Amino acid sequence: MTFPLISFYLFAAITTFAALAVVSVRSPVHAALCLVLTFFSAACTWLLADAEFLAIALVLVYVGAVMVLFLFVVMMLDVDIDPLREGFIKALPVGLAVAIVMLVEMLALIGVRSLQVPQIADPALAAGMSNTQWLALALFNQFLLPFEVAALILTVAIVAAIPLTLRRRSGVRMQNPAQQVRVQARERIRVVKMAAERPAPQPETTTP
Amino acid sequence: MILSTTVLLLIVLAPLFGAVVAGLLRNVIGRAASAGVTILGVAVSCALSLLVFYQLVWGGAATYNHNIYTWFEVGPVSAHIGFLVDRLTAMMMVVVTFVSLMVHIYTIGYMADDKGFSRFFSHIALFTFSMLMLVMSNNFLQLFVGWELVGLVSYLLIGFWFERPSAVYASLKAFVVNRVGDFGFILGIAGALYWFGSLDYANVFAAAKLPSVAGRTVEIFAGHPWSVATIVCICLFVGAMGKSAQAPLHVWLPDSMEGPTPISALIHAATMVTAGIFMVARMSPLFELSETALSFVLFIGATTALFTGLIGIVQNDIKRVVAYSTLSQLGYMTVALGVSAYAGGVYHLMTHAFFKALLFLGAGSVIIAMHHDQDMRRMGGLAKYMPITCITMWLGSLALVAAPGFAGFFSKDAIIEAVAESHRAFSGYAYFCVMAGVFVTSLYSFRLLYMTFHGKERFVVEQGGHGHHHHHEPGHLDHPPRESPWVVTVPLILLAIPSVVIGWNTVGPALFGGWFGGSIQVLPRNDVLAELAHGFHGPLASVLHGFTQWPFWISLAGFVVATWIWLYQPSIADKAAKALRPLYNMLVNKYWVDDLYRALFVGGGQALGRGLWKGGDAAVIDGAINGSSALVDRTAGVVRWVQSGYLYHYAFAMILGLILLLGGLWWTLAHAVA
Amino acid sequence: MITLAHYLTLGAVLFCIAVAGIFINRKNVITLLMSIELMLLAVNTNFIAFSRFLGDVSGQVFVFFILTVAAAESAIGLAILVVLFRNRATINVTQIDDLKG
Repeated sequence: MTFPLISFYLFAAITTFAALAVVSVRSPVHAALCLVLTFFSAACTWLLADAEFLAIALVLVYVGAVMVLFLFVVMMLDVDIDPLREGFIKALPVGLAVAIVMLVEMLALIGVRSLQVPQIADPALAAGMSNTQWLALALFNQFLLPFEVAALILTVAIVAAIPLTLRRRSGVRMQNPAQQVRVQARERIRVVKMAAERPAPQPETTTP
Repeated sequence: MILSTTVLLLIVLAPLFGAVVAGLLRNVIGRAASAGVTILGVAVSCALSLLVFYQLVWGGAATYNHNIYTWFEVGPVSAHIGFLVDRLTAMMMVVVTFVSLMVHIYTIGYMADDKGFSRFFSHIALFTFSMLMLVMSNNFLQLFVGWELVGLVSYLLIGFWFERPSAVYASLKAFVVNRVGDFGFILGIAGALYWFGSLDYANVFAAAKLPSVAGRTVEIFAGHPWSVATIVCICLFVGAMGKSAQAPLHVWLPDSMEGPTPISALIHAATMVTAGIFMVARMSPLFELSETALSFVLFIGATTALFTGLIGIVQNDIKRVVAYSTLSQLGYMTVALGVSAYAGGVYHLMTHAFFKALLFLGAGSVIIAMHHDQDMRRMGGLAKYMPITCITMWLGSLALVAAPGFAGFFSKDAIIEAVAESHRAFSGYAYFCVMAGVFVTSLYSFRLLYMTFHGKERFVVEQGGHGHHHHHEPGHLDHPPRESPWVVTVPLILLAIPSVVIGWNTVGPALFGGWFGGSIQVLPRNDVLAELAHGFHGPLASVLHGFTQWPFWISLAGFVVATWIWLYQPSIADKAAKALRPLYNMLVNKYWVDDLYRALFVGGGQALGRGLWKGGDAAVIDGAINGSSALVDRTAGVVRWVQSGYLYHYAFAMILGLILLLGGLWWTLAHAVA
Repeated sequence: MITLAHYLTLGAVLFCIAVAGIFINRKNVITLLMSIELMLLAVNTNFIAFSRFLGDVSGQVFVFFILTVAAAESAIGLAILVVLFRNRATINVTQIDDLKG
């Protein structure tokens, strides 16, 4: 048993238990925090597979941004948890059964095929470069267009998220640039013709 | 000397200009101006037609045959707008524009009180344009366009008083019956294009004479080869049957009298209905190639000539009598075409245009005087109230019954003799029909005159007493009948003059002098008029000869019978009607042709329509559509339970699918490895 | 020695946990979204492993794109969730069945 293998088992165990916690803990905040842990330890297993760049990216992007977003939303929404937990116990047997069936099938498949894969050295080192360089060469040569498209998708997602969550409150004073541009001179000022002076009011003649 | 294209274009376009101005701007320029502009247009057209006629006949101008505008070209087929102006065309142009001009002037008086005054002028000017396009065409397509245009204007004008249901039905009937004829006509044009390869008259006539084409036959029914010329000619003549109201497509013409009287004179007597005659004469090089087609023409014409005339005897509506007389005379023209005496047919067309227009306009004058009552049973003795109308009507009728010396004599006599000379199939039948027709013509013509102008007054004049209760009862007038104004009587006089004298100078050249030149072509063996030419020694001699011939005596017999019955012993007519009840019924019901058509085509069409509606539309199409939608509805009603709306159900379905997929993959791979 | 089988097993376990999470937390949208993130993680782990043990860079490139799209997806999903909560005052999936046939 080598040290990397021991490390792998350790990280894999943490990942598995954290994932189990994600789907089973009561509070969404805790679940989100557990998910952070899952991602983090999974990133560690990726490091063991010599995928440094993606491991770091997973931690930075997912844990740093997406999971924080999750936490943010979970905390912002004042969710009443109890009704959401109804049926948890009832659904548990079915969920476990399905999951176990799938796991058995997958493990059987893994057992059949993966044993035939030969062990090879780290391909990045074999090519004489770091993992980041190796990935970047492929990304910016072979996959340039998909890369740009991915950038576009992210932009669209940002733009889409804003109007989705935008809310117009009533009673708030705000400018409307469209109306400002459309305005005409005669709507701003109205010229009224009238006598320059008014006749002095006649004193009422009172009959004695 | 060459005819000027500008002049020809002006002839055609001047009436169109008038029609467009009067039609589109009638609310702007008013009644008088719309009448003025159309009359001006037709007057220009008439004057220039006379000029063209003069140039062709006395100026030695060559026949004009040019394309002016190319409409389209598709492969070898090209469609042009072009003019073919020879003597035949020039004669038609003069007749059309002259009668049209007379009718325009007459209309000022006849339609004075009508609120559709300007619309009417616009339509008749448009008619003049269409008719000129028809007669001046040098190709089949333009002929067809003109043919349909005059049909359209005829439809519009028959239904001119569109508030009257009877007028609307009559216009619809005319349109539908003409469609039947036009179907044959367009088949004939298509046949000419298909077999002779062109739409231009000249090319078609040249191609039809080629041995390779002339000998071609087609088997429409197995075992009966027909020459292509026969098929084309019969199809074209079916078109002429519709337009010239030949039996059995004649039924629309009597009903067309629902239109205003000037229209009856212009369109349904003098010009449009003769388009068929003109067309067959124009196609004479083609018809000469087919003995069968000519026999068919002869049979149809003879039938029409006699049997429609018979109906005229029992009609009481003054315009309908003249209408049946028109049918009968069109039959005579067709008979002339059928015996290859094309010049005779066209010549009768010309004389007939004058005296029949005169008779219609005279009838219109009477109708004005009787406050738009057309029933002759409520007339009588009008001669002393309206002498000009009476005299001109007498002159027109004498021309119609072919009294020697009048215009109709020269043309009709020539037709009868030509039939006698002919040896074509049905010529014996035709000879009987035209001879009997002479008697019938005489009978209904003098009957009309006596019932209208002579004998007892059968209307009541109520002097002033009832104030403004016009038309409150048929046959009751609130003042004595008056002679019509000058705009009515002047055209009558102007038409009476040619009705009387035009035969004298024209009969020689037109019938026997080869006046039409190349426009009418007759094979030598068919040329019956050439036979007659041997016996022709000038108009005076032929008039004197006419007194010794059968037609004159038959006609005189008709005159005597009519005088005896309707002038002196009106009761005999009723007794005869009672005695000959079946015959009388047959005539009054017009041989039940209308009833037959109504039962067969209208009823059949309705039954077919109802069948398609109930069976085809409601059952099959609606059934298929509603059935399929109901099927979708029912299927969706079941399937929609799958769509629970719950996210986890969908997820469950996906995962189940995934499990199955994985299981299948495992199973296959395990077996592959093993 | 870490083999491909180790990673694939880890991926399979993660995936099945996610599936079970979807089943048992079927009323809570937030947990559902988290389960989906877990599934994506499992898939990514598989990609990384294949890339490493087959020496093909494409696997890592795919992980890169999956991360991108998943980030976009969570952003939109959470935005929808916020709007949903604002309009319905609940994130209970059983009450959100407007598309029921």
